[in-house]
Amino acid sequence: MISRVATRRILEERDDVVTICLPLFLAGGQEERDFAKDNPCIAVDGCDKMCAAKGVQMYGKVHPKSSIIISEIAEKHKHLKPKSKSRIEPQDEKLVRETMKRITEEIDKAEEEEE
Amino acid sequence: MSEKKKSKYIIIPCSGIGKALGTITRRATYIVTEEMVPNETDSICLPLLTIEDEETARKIRENPCITVDGCIAQCAKKNVEHHQGKLKGSIKILDVIKENPKLKPGTVLDIGPDGEKLARKAAEKTVKIMGDKS
Repeated sequence: MISRVATRRILEERDDVVTICLPLFLAGGQEERDFAKDNPCIAVDGCDKMCAAKGVQMYGKVHPKSSIIISEIAEKHKHLKPKSKSRIEPQDEKLVRETMKRITEEIDKAEEEEE
Repeated sequence: MSEKKKSKYIIIPCSGIGKALGTITRRATYIVTEEMVPNETDSICLPLLTIEDEETARKIRENPCITVDGCIAQCAKKNVEHHQGKLKGSIKILDVIKENPKLKPGTVLDIGPDGEKLARKAAEKTVKIMGDKS
């Protein structure tokens, strides 16, 4: 839920970012698969199984530009584990904001490299 | 004496991030698996199936599955079919909206009261499929 909310909020804040549904890599066509190959990707994963990062490699045939793992952010900053799978509770906001900060840093870094 | 483990229905939402419909699939799944029939159901993380996780693939092959998809791409259904899962039924939130045209879902981040009602209706349809198949 944290990866979802943080990613979506970034998407609504900026006009230079898009997102893709990970399962669409398999369900969609070549267009979806080329999308990851043709654009710098930042994988935002909830746990260390890293489905997003692995999905980009499997279907886009490229390593993501960077990979963010929220469970590591939570551990590093001593955030409490989110209790609800369906909604963000007030105590989860810190972790959402920290994740958004990391995503923003990675986008800015990728843009600098592109220039 | 060995006891055969009873299979559970695996409810699989697409969890699409592009539209509120994806959030409704997640909510509908949790209504089924945490509120309505927690002892008879379970769920999986669809991206784990997409990246060919063996344990997840085995789970959908050994248990009956019901997919809950937001849009016409039907990612959950297609991923289960691709991995030869035991697909017993599929729900499309678009159909639930057509059946309840007065309910207007909110946004991806907040599906709103109408979105919650749509999720509950999708959850009821899911449980009905379970009843019809058992």
